[in-house]
Amino acid sequence: MLGEGIIKGMAETARNFVGSYHDPLRLTTVEYPEAKIAAKENARNFPFLVFDGDDAMKGLRCVACQICEKECPPQCIFIVKDTVKKPDYIGKMQVQPKIFNIDISVCMSCQICVEVCPFEAIKMDTSFELSNYDRFGGLLLDKHQLARPNGYYHKIHAIEAEEVDARLAAEKAKAEAKAKADAEAKTKAAAAAAAKPPALAAPVK
Amino acid sequence: MIGDLLQGLAVMIWKVATDQPDPKTDFLAVIPAGIQPVVSAVLSVIPILIVFPSLFALTTLLERKGLGRIQNRLGPNRVGPFGLLQPAADGLKMLTKEDIVPRDADKLLHFLAPVVLLVPTLLAYAVLPFGRNLVPVEIDAGMVFFFAVGASTELSIFMAGWSSRNKYSLLGAMRAISQMISYEIPLIISTVPVIMLTGSLSLVEIVNRQEGFLFGVLPRWHVFTPWGFAGFIIFLIASLAESNRSPFDIPEAESEIIAGHLTEYSGFKYALFFLAEYLGMFAMSGLAVTLFLGGWRAPLPFLGEVPGYMWFLGKLMGLVCVFIWIRGTVPRLRVDQLLNFAWKFLLPLSLINLVTAAVWHFSVGWSFPGALPVRWLICAAMVAAPYAGLGRALTGGGKPTRRTYRFAE
Amino acid sequence: MTVIFAIISVVTLASAVAAVSLRNLVYCALCLTVTFAGLAAFYLQLGVPFAGWAQILVYVGAVAVLVVFAILLTRSGDPVAQPILPGSRSTGLAVAVVIFGLLLAGIHTSRMARRLPSRKPEPSVRSIGTQLMTRYVLPLEAIAMLLTAATIGAALIAMRETGPKRSDGREPASSKTDHAPDHAGGEHTK
Repeated sequence: MLGEGIIKGMAETARNFVGSYHDPLRLTTVEYPEAKIAAKENARNFPFLVFDGDDAMKGLRCVACQICEKECPPQCIFIVKDTVKKPDYIGKMQVQPKIFNIDISVCMSCQICVEVCPFEAIKMDTSFELSNYDRFGGLLLDKHQLARPNGYYHKIHAIEAEEVDARLAAEKAKAEAKAKADAEAKTKAAAAAAAKPPALAAPVK
Repeated sequence: MIGDLLQGLAVMIWKVATDQPDPKTDFLAVIPAGIQPVVSAVLSVIPILIVFPSLFALTTLLERKGLGRIQNRLGPNRVGPFGLLQPAADGLKMLTKEDIVPRDADKLLHFLAPVVLLVPTLLAYAVLPFGRNLVPVEIDAGMVFFFAVGASTELSIFMAGWSSRNKYSLLGAMRAISQMISYEIPLIISTVPVIMLTGSLSLVEIVNRQEGFLFGVLPRWHVFTPWGFAGFIIFLIASLAESNRSPFDIPEAESEIIAGHLTEYSGFKYALFFLAEYLGMFAMSGLAVTLFLGGWRAPLPFLGEVPGYMWFLGKLMGLVCVFIWIRGTVPRLRVDQLLNFAWKFLLPLSLINLVTAAVWHFSVGWSFPGALPVRWLICAAMVAAPYAGLGRALTGGGKPTRRTYRFAE
Repeated sequence: MTVIFAIISVVTLASAVAAVSLRNLVYCALCLTVTFAGLAAFYLQLGVPFAGWAQILVYVGAVAVLVVFAILLTRSGDPVAQPILPGSRSTGLAVAVVIFGLLLAGIHTSRMARRLPSRKPEPSVRSIGTQLMTRYVLPLEAIAMLLTAATIGAALIAMRETGPKRSDGREPASSKTDHAPDHAGGEHTK
């Protein structure tokens, strides 16, 4: 019958209107900036540097290998190695970056730096409120601005961070096991060397 | 002197608020006799000028929030609590915008168009009975006056479209005028049954005729009769088209024709056009309330103590909410669909409605047992059958089928 | 009373003179509308509100719109450089004065002018309706026939302009929306 469609349509809009007061499905507005939508697991914006522990500079995972600088397509990363070395999470002395700058006005969020980093040191951040009054200097982030704790990494990419932590723990365990095996082998060798001369003296009698 | 004036004013306001007759006489007794007519007229006009523009401001906010909720979003809610100060912000914006007049525009007509639109629209409020004793001017030919000033607004659309020297404005103006004159005929003819059955053109008389309750519960409003219901629906649709509102807003649809005849208007002149469109909508709703919904009468007998103007305003805002609801539901009609709808559907239906009302009138005298249901059935059939038949004939009889996609599934 | 009559008549006459002498056709049409409104004011002053408001409804609301539509559809609204009919102004004035004198003489010597203004009550809408239905029903029906013939003629002319009916029986759309875009595009591109 003529007009049936309009009546059905009006019923649907009435349902929308009434539902918007009590049903979250019928009012999908998120009132930014008071409320924000939680970022998804795979969201990415610009890179940041991960550090373990409390001290940002001492715990930085980055060893200034400069692979990300070379692989970055728009070449927005600038690294200068430091002469002072610091111990990494295993305990080995590693190089650290003196200067680590990323120009986020150039960065195209391609994530290649994350993919090529062998040390799980650079990961993608999801924060987008990066407006600045200075178009050039303000958008050039140095290593202090880029450093974020591992807890923050867990917060924004929970699954990925778990995997990274598991991998690093496995590496650490392997390294420790190797170190222990080396130490055991060394003590055994030392014990063998210490036990050898008395054995040689015995057949003379 | 001042004390007398203030006291007279207070008494007048009290009498208006409590629905008492002759509210103005006490105040006018204090005024010198020479200027009494002028003061009387001003006293009638000032409340209209205060109430209806405020209603306009409220309606713009209500519309934006209502449409927002229908569309699963919030409306404006930043300016003031729940966005209540949004109309003030809108008004400030309109006032402070630069008033641009195109270089080649016809300056006199460009300037006069909003004026010629606003003045007749405000004049139309003069005959609406807002309350029991609250009609600004009681004219015997009130309905003819209302439609006469309504028809005068079409010229301003022409003036606006022509003076802008813009092809979009001209096209928009032509479409707007053809839409308005096409829908004026069903509008007027759908009100003729009311005139026929009341025997008078005076709106006060029409509201007076709608008193009483059927079976003590159902008010004797014209909308609760078959011909009245059909007339009400036709009147509503035609008044939507007269005020250029969705789904008939082809003249001013932004995605179609920029803004039609309003393209070259900015700032305060645009605000005046906007105001005039909404005031026209209120006037039409007010007439619909008066003719079909019992005017200032209460819907149930025990609610008669509430003053009449509250019912009038309540019913008016109810109709406005229905208009907003329709706006959020129905997509825009194309201009040929619009004109076909007016000439081929609404016009024959309103003419048949006249005959139905005549049958209703002449069957009042039936007194055989079961006369009332029989009368109802006959008149309802006379309204429903042409509606269904014409609907089937014009749409080709097909139901909207489910759409099939060639590649998507 | 006389003051109001004087004001209305000055407005009506001035707009009527403007309607025939202005160069811009749109201004002429709008001044003609003011003339119609002035006539309506006369009816109201004479105490026939129905005729007055009906005058506005019909003339200002429909006839003026018709004139305006004619201007819109035929694009003749641009101001002309010289008047359409050449001829001296004094001849026209003389003819107008002579006709006015004849009409004045005719009205003054008729029976109507010698009747005193009656104290009859103002005609209500009901009485107008009754008269239309009883005494003047034949002119009413004749006018209705005339209007119907005009409507049918207009519809026929419009249909013929858009061509024959389409093969599936649907009628072509009205000519207004078909022809307008061409005109609009042609005249207004500068």
